[in-house]
Amino acid sequence: MNLETLAEALGLKCKCCWEKLKTTEVKGGYAGDLLSDVMANSNAGDIWVTRQVHQNIVAVASLKGHAGIVIVQGASPDKDTLDRAGREGIPIMVTDMSKFEVVGKIYQLLSEA
Amino acid sequence: MGESGPGIFRCNLHVHTCLSPCGDLDMHPRALVDEAVAQGLDIIAICDHNSSENVPYVMRAARGTPLCVIPGMEVCTREEVHVLALFGDQAQLSLLQDYVYANLQGLNDEDAFGMQPIVNEAGEVEGFNERLLIGATGIPLEDLVSRIHEYGGLAIAAHIDRPSFSVIGQLGFIPPHVPFDALEISARLGIKGGRERFPELSGYPFVTSSDAHFIHDIGAACTRMALQKPCFAEVAMALKGEDGRYIEEDA
Repeated sequence: MNLETLAEALGLKCKCCWEKLKTTEVKGGYAGDLLSDVMANSNAGDIWVTRQVHQNIVAVASLKGHAGIVIVQGASPDKDTLDRAGREGIPIMVTDMSKFEVVGKIYQLLSEA
Repeated sequence: MGESGPGIFRCNLHVHTCLSPCGDLDMHPRALVDEAVAQGLDIIAICDHNSSENVPYVMRAARGTPLCVIPGMEVCTREEVHVLALFGDQAQLSLLQDYVYANLQGLNDEDAFGMQPIVNEAGEVEGFNERLLIGATGIPLEDLVSRIHEYGGLAIAAHIDRPSFSVIGQLGFIPPHVPFDALEISARLGIKGGRERFPELSGYPFVTSSDAHFIHDIGAACTRMALQKPCFAEVAMALKGEDGRYIEEDA
């Protein structure tokens, strides 16, 4: 499933790298706010769901080759975070939904795909 | 030690008091000063969670003893990273306290988290802090460190080797643009162990401390520093390696 289909199905708002949504394939997902845990256990192609907004999330997503980042609970990423994501080509999307809800919906979408 | 050269002082820069909800109630100012002196410490920094209201009483309790008490606080940032803020005087610390309280929401639940008594140097309870001191502030890490520096303090990333509430645990790695004055390694690992585990952080000064929440932990670890005398300004110089002051790592 590509990122654009997933973002539209969940009503996610894209904050940067719109141009990459159509061509980015989502292979799986990971949820976590402890970046050390995300670095250790997530995989390339994952959509990463988190409540952290610090610019280190971009470095972690870039390092791991994530498809993109979903920031939950209505939190807004810092300007530094968005600038860096734009430079590194990491799509960041936001939603008012809780992490539990977002993860449940993504899991279902990916299982049905 | 010669008259003109620096001597070695034993510093524990991370000690809680009973004000921290997770701190033992026996950690009242007089008791912890007595224990620190008995353990042969020269400097302690008082760092309660998001609060500094027992600091003046610990400083009073230490009057007339050889112990130097550095006013400080362990602040929890928006990312849930713990940072030690140390200052040369209480006025600077109180500026940071205002900033922290303005960004800290919620009320404590004693049954869930523990009591937060403010206790004077005579061991008398002055009151209870009702704020949710165990909580995270809304302050971004970068803003906290720059505010600590603006007020003349030192910013030390707390227990970076621990999985929880540490900058590495929460943020995966130390953001290179954040100018920490030092990194704290927990007592279990120690400075030497920290150097082995984090070779990429060789550019930072390391300190170790007991992060004491219980009275018997106060002397459990310390950082040995070569200083002219035990005080905040000398500790700041040792972290920078200035003018013959340094941290003794091999001990």
